[in-house]
Amino acid sequence: MNLLELHDIFFTVSGREVLSGLQLAVKAGEVHALLGTNGTGKSTLAYLIMGCGGYRPVSGGIIFAGTVLNDLKIHERARLGICMAWQEPARFEGLRVRDYLTLGTAVEEPELALSMVGLEPARYLDRMVDSALSGGERKRIELASVLALRPKLAILDEPDSGIDMLSTNDILRVLERLRGEGSAVLLITHRDEIAAAADHASQICGGKIVCSGSPSSVAAVFKSRKCISCDGEVCSDE
Amino acid sequence: MNEFDQLMTAMGAAGGDRAVLDDPATAHLVVVGSRIISSRALPGLDVEAAAAEGGVRVKIRLREGIQLTAPVHTCFGVVHREGDQRIDINIVLEPDSSARFIAHCLFPKAERVRHIMDAHVEIGAGASMQYQERHFHGPHGGVEVIPKAVVRIGKGGRYSSDFTLTDGRVGALAIDYDVEAAEDAVVELTARVFGHGSDDIRIRERVVLGGENARGIIKTRIAVEDDALAEVTGITEGNAAGARGHVDCMEIIRDRAVAKAIPIVSVTHPQAKVTHEAAIGSVDKHQLETLMAHGLTPEEAVDVIVKGMLG
Repeated sequence: MNLLELHDIFFTVSGREVLSGLQLAVKAGEVHALLGTNGTGKSTLAYLIMGCGGYRPVSGGIIFAGTVLNDLKIHERARLGICMAWQEPARFEGLRVRDYLTLGTAVEEPELALSMVGLEPARYLDRMVDSALSGGERKRIELASVLALRPKLAILDEPDSGIDMLSTNDILRVLERLRGEGSAVLLITHRDEIAAAADHASQICGGKIVCSGSPSSVAAVFKSRKCISCDGEVCSDE
Repeated sequence: MNEFDQLMTAMGAAGGDRAVLDDPATAHLVVVGSRIISSRALPGLDVEAAAAEGGVRVKIRLREGIQLTAPVHTCFGVVHREGDQRIDINIVLEPDSSARFIAHCLFPKAERVRHIMDAHVEIGAGASMQYQERHFHGPHGGVEVIPKAVVRIGKGGRYSSDFTLTDGRVGALAIDYDVEAAEDAVVELTARVFGHGSDDIRIRERVVLGGENARGIIKTRIAVEDDALAEVTGITEGNAAGARGHVDCMEIIRDRAVAKAIPIVSVTHPQAKVTHEAAIGSVDKHQLETLMAHGLTPEEAVDVIVKGMLG
C-alpha cells in the first residue's frame, strides 16, 4: 500500500522547469532511495513534500496516507507524520540538544536517539544546537531528531554528506531502526553503500523519475551516467 | 503586604529566591525606593549604604585576595506605581579578588517609575568580577531605566556583565556602559532584551582595549515586536598590540517594530584586531521551517527561536 504518492508534479523556479511530470510512490514501511546527480531536483522534491515556503507544485498532487498535502503548511504535514532531516540543518542559539530532540515529540528521554547516531548522551544533551557543533555532529543530531519524532515518513536529505566514512554504519543503523518501527523513508543519497540498504530505489533526472527498481539495478544505471530517458544528455558526469 | 514582601514577591516572579537573603554566608543589599531595607557584609567584603537625595549611595569593597564563593545579591526596586530611585554605586575589587554579583531590579507595578543607576567599578590586577543584572518591569511599560557604568579593569583582570530584561514590558531603557581594559584584561558584555508595545530600547556599550593582549566582546541579543524600537551601538577600540575585540549584535523584529545596530570598531595599533557582525531581521526562514517540521505552529516556532536567542 502506498503511503506517499506524487502524481504528475510540475515545479518551476524563475521560469525554469525543475520537475516535469514527476511520478513517485513510496510504500508504507519502505526505505526508498532516490538517486540523481547534483541539480536534478532531489532536494526540491523533499521541500515540496515537506511543504517549505516557495515550494508548491505548479500542478500535480502530493498525497500522503490518502490526504492531499498541496495546501497544507509544514506543521500540518508534520502532524500527519512526515518529518525531514535537512541536508544543511539549521543551528539555534540557546536551544539545547535535549530540548531540540523533544520538540514536537512524546519522547522525554532522548538518550536512546542520540546513542543510535553514535553520540554519547552525557556529552551532548546539554550542549546547544548552535555553531559550536561541527557539521558532522549537527547532522547526527538531525538524524536523532528524526528517530525521536517516530514519523510515518522520514525524508532524509543526503544524511551521509558531511559525515565521515566511518559513520556509514550509524546511518545504516538509523535506517534499520526506522524500518523496525514501521516508518517509511525517502532516502536521498549519492552513495551506493547507503542506497543498498533501501528496499527500492528510483533515479531522478531531468525533473522526472527515469528509473525504478532494486537499489543495485538503479545504482548501476546511475553510475553509468546514462539514464534511459536522456541517454546521458542530462545525466552525464560533468 | 509591606514593601519588602512586595519586592520579594516580585523577585520570586523574576526567578529569584528570597531565601538567599537569609543565608548568613551570602552578602546582600536590599533597597526599596530610597530606603535601605537590609544589608549584609562578610569578612573581607565591605558593604556600605546610605540614603542620599532621591535614592542611595553604595560602596562595596572586596579586599585583596578574597575570593567569594557565594554571589553577592543586590535587590533594587520600586514597588509602587510611581516613584524615582537613584543608585550611586561604587564597587572596588582589590587585586586577586573575585566575586559574582547578582542584581535584581524590580518594578512590578510601575506606571511612572524612573530608575537611575550610576556605577563606578574598579577591578584590580588579577581580580575577577561577574555581574548579572536581572530586570522585571511588570506589564505596564511605565518604567524608565537608565543604567550607566564606568568600569576600569586592571592588568590581567576580568569583567563580565550579563544584562537581562526579557519578562514583562521594558518601558524606556537607556544603557550606557564604558569599559577600559588594561594589559591582559578580559571583558565580556552581554545584553538580552525583549521589547513589546511601545518599548524604547537604547543600548550603548563601549570597550576600550588599551593594554597589550586585552580582549573584549560585546554581545547583544534583542527581540522587538509590536511598535517597539531598539537601537544598539557597540563600540570597540583596539589600541595596543595583541588586543582582540569583537562586536556581535543580533536583533529579531516582528510586527511594526524597528531595530538598528551601529557597530563602531576602531583600531589604532597595527597589531590589534577588532571585528564585528550584526544581523537584523525577521526570524530565519530555515530555523522556522525546521521547527515547524517538528509539528510546531509558526507562532510556537518563533517563541522557541526568540527564547533561545535571549537565553
